[in-house]
Amino acid sequence: MRINISRKTIRDPFVQKVEELSGQNLLACYQCGKCSAGCPAVDDMDILPNQIIRYAQLGLKDELLESRAIWVCASCMTCNVRCPKGINIAEVIEALRQLLLRKRKDHVEIKELTTAEKEDVPPIALISCFRKFTS
Amino acid sequence: MKLSYFPGCTLKNHAKNFEDSALCSLAKLGVEVEELHRWNCCGTVFSLATDDLIHHLAPIRNLIRAKELNSDILMVLCAMCYNTLKRSNERMKNDQESLDIVNDLMYKEEVKYQGDVKILHMLEILRDELKFENIAQNVTKALKDLKVANYYGCYLIRPQEIGFDDPENPTIMEDLTSVLGATPVDFPYKTECCGAYLTVKKPDTVVERTHQILSSAQSMGADVVAVSCPLCAFNLDQRQKATVTKYPEFKHIPILYFTQLLAIALGCPEDSLRFDLHYIDPKPILKEKDLI
Ligand code: SF4
Ligand code: SF4
Repeated sequence: MRINISRKTIRDPFVQKVEELSGQNLLACYQCGKCSAGCPAVDDMDILPNQIIRYAQLGLKDELLESRAIWVCASCMTCNVRCPKGINIAEVIEALRQLLLRKRKDHVEIKELTTAEKEDVPPIALISCFRKFTS
Repeated sequence: MKLSYFPGCTLKNHAKNFEDSALCSLAKLGVEVEELHRWNCCGTVFSLATDDLIHHLAPIRNLIRAKELNSDILMVLCAMCYNTLKRSNERMKNDQESLDIVNDLMYKEEVKYQGDVKILHMLEILRDELKFENIAQNVTKALKDLKVANYYGCYLIRPQEIGFDDPENPTIMEDLTSVLGATPVDFPYKTECCGAYLTVKKPDTVVERTHQILSSAQSMGADVVAVSCPLCAFNLDQRQKATVTKYPEFKHIPILYFTQLLAIALGCPEDSLRFDLHYIDPKPILKEKDLI
């Protein structure tokens, strides 16, 4: 995949917004890859956790907001406890989801859930799903 | 010893086996438990976005309910509720500005919250307050010959600031299992995420994880897997249905709450174990080991 980086994307207010919402200093990441090495969801991700941080540093907004990876991360916090630079990667991914959800771009449509999807599922699953995937 | 207690939504229905077995065990250990009078859903997940204060109201409101009972210690059973309540509480304790805003938003509450309720998971109460050695003395039916793989999942131990054990290699559940006379078996997936709420829209992901986690426990010789979270319990138990469809060679394994094992060991009656709520019936293996 070809990626264009420029001063313009790096200075995009998007970068600052992600830092603000996540409370993280993105430039602290030195790309060791430990977060991705231990992430249980990488099989299903188009951009890996360390790449998410790199893309966010570079302001690659569309690539991040259109990625599948931000919706398969289940905030399990494995990356957070392992990052040698103390970066909370899960919070960065949450910030990316929030940027979409706050524009009412819900990832799950409650009305469209099928009976099979709701059947036997406990409240803890439905509520957490709605908290994470709807605005 | 008297404790106030926050059950959370799922312990009143799908995870009634968790609640009933915990309450029976605590009564056997001489602990008086008082459920909060007017509790609400904690929201299930801690709000990770820095500016998202509105989602702290649900957990903090429950802590106000604890203050109204004059209680400074609140016991939680569900791992997700524990994580949410504890993390919200920590945020409020360490960030006066957020606490003031949250109190302002709940201006109709008579009690202003001050960050002074202590949240304890039942496992911490067993280890640190009641002490495992005293529990050992109350065991009337040792879980002899039962091999238990203890599955922690995510929210009991991560992030490390709120966890009560090592985030990479926790042992509190193994230690309890040994005290009850069972044999804990270690396995490499004990802290791997089960997929949590992805179970609603991406059950296939959960099937993959369930297959991985349970096959690993079985390869280490486990008879049952013990859990502390109703969402892990659902994923590891109910999703075995779809796991067998996808992996026909997969063999079922019963999932139990650690409190059910405790209740058996302390001599609680079988109706407090509520085996009717399980998809994979634990009774055959427990009968085989002469435990029920
Ligand atoms: S573990 Fe931390 S420093 Fe290493 S790549 Fe991931 S975010 Fe960057
Ligand atoms: S929090 Fe998300 S990115 Fe981090 S290890 Fe877990 S699933 Fe992977």
